[in-house]
Amino acid sequence: MGRRLAGLFYSRPKLQLGALLSAPMAWLVILYLGSLAILLITAFWTVDPLSGNVIKEFSLDNFEELVNVPVYRDIVWRTVRTAILVTITDAVIAFPIAFFMAKVASRRTKAILVVAVLMPLWSSYLVKVLAWREMITEHGIINWALEPLGLHGPGEGMVAVWLVFTYLWLPFMILPIFAGLERIPNSLISASEDLGASPFTTFRRVILPLAFPAVVAGSIFTFSLTLGDYIAPALVSNDQFIGTSIRASITNNQPFAAAFALVPIVVVIAYLGVARRLGAFEHV
Amino acid sequence: MRLSKRAKALLGVAVALGLAFIYIPLLVIAVQAFNASKILKWPPPGFTFEWFEKAFESESAREALLTSIEAGLIATAIAIVLGTLISLALARRHFFGREAISFLVIIPIALPGIVTGVALSNTFTQVLGISLTLMTVIIGHATFCIVVVYNNVVARLRRTSGSFEEASADLGADTWQTFRYVTFPSMRTALAAGALLAFALSFDEIIVTTFTIGAGEETLPIWIFRNLFRPNQLPIVDAVAVILILLSIIPVYIAHRLSSDEGALGGRGGAGGTTAATPAAPATVAEAEATAAH
Repeated sequence: MGRRLAGLFYSRPKLQLGALLSAPMAWLVILYLGSLAILLITAFWTVDPLSGNVIKEFSLDNFEELVNVPVYRDIVWRTVRTAILVTITDAVIAFPIAFFMAKVASRRTKAILVVAVLMPLWSSYLVKVLAWREMITEHGIINWALEPLGLHGPGEGMVAVWLVFTYLWLPFMILPIFAGLERIPNSLISASEDLGASPFTTFRRVILPLAFPAVVAGSIFTFSLTLGDYIAPALVSNDQFIGTSIRASITNNQPFAAAFALVPIVVVIAYLGVARRLGAFEHV
Repeated sequence: MRLSKRAKALLGVAVALGLAFIYIPLLVIAVQAFNASKILKWPPPGFTFEWFEKAFESESAREALLTSIEAGLIATAIAIVLGTLISLALARRHFFGREAISFLVIIPIALPGIVTGVALSNTFTQVLGISLTLMTVIIGHATFCIVVVYNNVVARLRRTSGSFEEASADLGADTWQTFRYVTFPSMRTALAAGALLAFALSFDEIIVTTFTIGAGEETLPIWIFRNLFRPNQLPIVDAVAVILILLSIIPVYIAHRLSSDEGALGGRGGAGGTTAATPAAPATVAEAEATAAH
């Protein structure tokens, strides 16, 4: 039976292709793209305020609400702002580590650092958020450490959200930058040094321009992961973000949640467009 | 690169601070799990093993763990089959729509998890009218796990030469024999790495899970999320957290073994000197991309 089937496929490339792709395409196109398409359609439906039933008729109400109600504008702007801030912070923290790993450390140290950076990626997301939640509480380690200095920690709120996101996505920024820096030939750096450039000039004129696309590649992760997350903000703040708002409206108003879910899609696509122009895709 | 002593020292400080930032929270929660008091206080007033005992005795935690393993195994199995099929189709063939398919595979991981969650739950409950169960969770997880398996396997297939398969066919092997004796052995470790990552992703997933899980079911992340708001349960959650941190050493170790095996097999032929020096590096970027999903 197996042999006869195999014989059937022999030198019939189209049949082979069809056999290979039919099941995965059924899953991804019908189930996944289908769901996204339905999400798009649902976004134009509304909910009857009295009965709570979904009215399956075309309407722009959800989008008008998103654009016109100041609260929602604030939520979108707050989320995007946080995502940008987290991205910049991660890039600043990640670059020296990645640079040290790629260009300064010995082979042994490099191998150890790669594992050290990789390790937190495997430990649970929720555990990491929980750790920060316990650190920022009134009697947590941050206040304990700041007390002798006469300072008080941020507590729950926007600063905590910024810290947690920066923490969560840091490895996603370090690894692409590290890989990007590894790809810069050492001979280019030597050439710059031989031509009399100071280390700072070499860094600014040779390394940074070549490594920039890798930084943008890393920023895709930090930016888009921040945009859709709702667990971390819910655990360390009372502020509303895109994710928390979608989560809050899904039980009573599915169409509005669907419309709101289109916002991160649009923002991510716009961001990917920019990243592509900056040459980030060769580095992902 | 030649650096001045001062520049090297500054760089060293930056690296040390970065690593401290990465590891202090994990250490803090580890210490907190031994806190003798139920009240969060730093430094802890005393130490105890009580919470670990309670964590091991907790029926709900154990059930949640088993549910997570079940969901992870089934989702990974689906992802292995579908991801391998796509990579076999795409690795060596050029056809109309190839680019579209390779893009389509990435979408579930490129879009924020909440979009996948809302879209699937919307389809399940509003359109198909099926109630949310563990099965719907598995479908959600499998969807974004496909890309992980695909990425690993397709990268391996592109690195190995197609001439081996041609030679096998020339020697009279049929399609199935060629797959079994030539293609499969060369992609085995990549498949294992992809499966490991897929399982880890599913095991840790919470965002898609909250949108697709039934009322009576609980995966381990959901269990943690529900219990960390209960002051009585929080120390037990901390103990579970520490166990999870320790468990994460296992996949790191296996991944390391897989990547060194791969070096031994010569699967990275012609990849260049820098790659050989750091076998983990290219794999890590693929992993970063994959794990970035949620």
